[in-house]
Amino acid sequence: MEPRPSQSQASDPIGSRPGNARFESGGLTITGDWTLSGYHSLLQQLAALPAGAKTPDRLDLSALEHIDTAGASVLASFLGPETLEQHVSAEEILPEEKAALLLAVARSLEDWQEPLPPKVSPVRLFLGHTGQQVEALGHLIWVLLGFIGQTLATLAWVLPRPKRWRVTPFVASIQDTGLNALPIVALLTFLVGAVVAFLGATVLEDFGATIYTVNLVAFSFLREFGVLLAAILLAGRTASSFTAHIGAMKVNEELDAIRTLGLSPIELLVLPRVLAMMISLPILTFVGMMAGMVGGALVCVLSLDITLTQFLAIVERDIALRHFLVGISKAPVFAFLIAVIGCLEGFKVGGSAQSVGEHTTSSVVQSIFIVILLDAIAALFFMEMGW
Amino acid sequence: MAAVAGTRQSQHQAEPIIKVSNLCNRFGEHVVHEDLDLNLFRGEILGVVGGSGTGKSVLLRSIIGLRKPTSGNIRVFGETLDALSPRARSRMEQRFGVLFQGGALFTSLNLQENIAVPLIEHAGLKRPDAERVARMKLALTGLPPDAALKYPAELSGGMVKRASLARALALDPEILFLDEPTAGLDPIGAAAFDELIVTLRNALGLTVFLVTHDLDTLYSTCDRVAVLSQKRVLVADTLETVAVNPDEWIQDYFNGPRGRAASYAAANRTQRQQGENV
Repeated sequence: MEPRPSQSQASDPIGSRPGNARFESGGLTITGDWTLSGYHSLLQQLAALPAGAKTPDRLDLSALEHIDTAGASVLASFLGPETLEQHVSAEEILPEEKAALLLAVARSLEDWQEPLPPKVSPVRLFLGHTGQQVEALGHLIWVLLGFIGQTLATLAWVLPRPKRWRVTPFVASIQDTGLNALPIVALLTFLVGAVVAFLGATVLEDFGATIYTVNLVAFSFLREFGVLLAAILLAGRTASSFTAHIGAMKVNEELDAIRTLGLSPIELLVLPRVLAMMISLPILTFVGMMAGMVGGALVCVLSLDITLTQFLAIVERDIALRHFLVGISKAPVFAFLIAVIGCLEGFKVGGSAQSVGEHTTSSVVQSIFIVILLDAIAALFFMEMGW
Repeated sequence: MAAVAGTRQSQHQAEPIIKVSNLCNRFGEHVVHEDLDLNLFRGEILGVVGGSGTGKSVLLRSIIGLRKPTSGNIRVFGETLDALSPRARSRMEQRFGVLFQGGALFTSLNLQENIAVPLIEHAGLKRPDAERVARMKLALTGLPPDAALKYPAELSGGMVKRASLARALALDPEILFLDEPTAGLDPIGAAAFDELIVTLRNALGLTVFLVTHDLDTLYSTCDRVAVLSQKRVLVADTLETVAVNPDEWIQDYFNGPRGRAASYAAANRTQRQQGENV
């Protein structure tokens, strides 16, 4: 075997002589560079040749300069791998390395048929997709209900057995979902409180009822905004982190490892997170209510000439305790659902990085959706009940 | 095999296409490489072996420019990657094909799209053309036609390795870097993969830098073997020369039970081939 002339040692740079194919009196002559850079023009040239060129009597490769696998494949798919192989094997003046390359490509393409892309009409495709989506939605609800049941059953089994309580992950999870989220929840509700106070003041001023701004801020934050803002923030912040964490563990086969070690992923991963969320969200809700009212009070004091004493007096006089209870009672329910959805989407992750992203998105969208939906239903219910 | 080895010997006088000199790699206090020298010559298959944690993969990552060495000089085709302009560096990187240990296929693309990526980005092909070339590359690595539209998650370990080899070969690179190509394959699949590497090297004129633990791969494919130990390349030579080196690790490696089995298998194979030739 002779040392091969390498591409960099050759006199001409690759691609300087465009590849060419001529068909004359039964012989196909291949010249120039048959490389990736000229791929498209090579295809076109061959397509323009007369039909007889596919079965030439002779194949002249003596003026072939450079060839790579792409060029060889053009030739192989035009002539058919078998024909090319016969011609190349018969050829004697062709340098060994070019012959080897042509043969390798021809042989590999021998049993290869182009896979046919499935042809479907767009109408059928649309109907199919719609059906799939509806079915997926039904399946989603079914699986969510099943998972909630599984979580509750595991909880019922673990609660009377203090030895199985996972205290450390539970506390760590409270720190992560509750304590670390405190500043952002407080800041956000404070700002929204100020905005609500401004809005109220602007609208109520026309009626000379600016003083009711206090009632507006207190009502809205105790009943709705405190819990809603905190829940939405946690849905974005924590549900996504649960999904990504559990999803990455799934991709890494850690969940399978947990199962084969005879442990339950629900007990180990889901319960501490769900319980921690059910502690964190009510606390954050309370902080959110207070921060929102502080924001409202600040606006009242600074721009509406309502003193702090007045503000507190109105709150004490007009706002009954039940408003606070209505608001805070929703927090554990929201927390449970957000945590369960976050964990469940993590378990649904498939084998790919894309799947982690898709399910993280899905968990945030689902948990925000369900929080707002439930809140609307609860608002109607509490109003009808006169609470 | 003997003829091939002779050819390599005659090329050793030639300028190496990769020249690593005085390479040092340090992770904090932990020194991985110290004054490491290694040459890679055109057309050869160089096997790099060493115990776990001797920095085989770090060496590979340093050469292909994924890791900036602490100090030392790495010349690829006579150039230092870090000194090149981004464009020149990208052109240089197109002359490499890299097969990562886990395959590193893009999980959100199917196989033909995976391989079409460099073809569309660098060779400027249109998508249908690129996908045709991609399917040819898949055929070249011995994958069945229906694999082209599959996603990496649907493939077996051996198919993932073949598909990522096809992606490494997409731009007809001059140097192929393989990181543990046969790890995680069954013996039959691994043997087929070894054969594929030699076939492709001979057909495409590749130079191969092969990091491996697999003794059978060493015996059946490599022209030269470099042993990484004590933070440097202890010896880099033909398998016969390396195997008789007195170093303790090398003796354990080549003359341990697995080493002897692989050597025995390789000798048997050679004998059988000679028998067929007669």
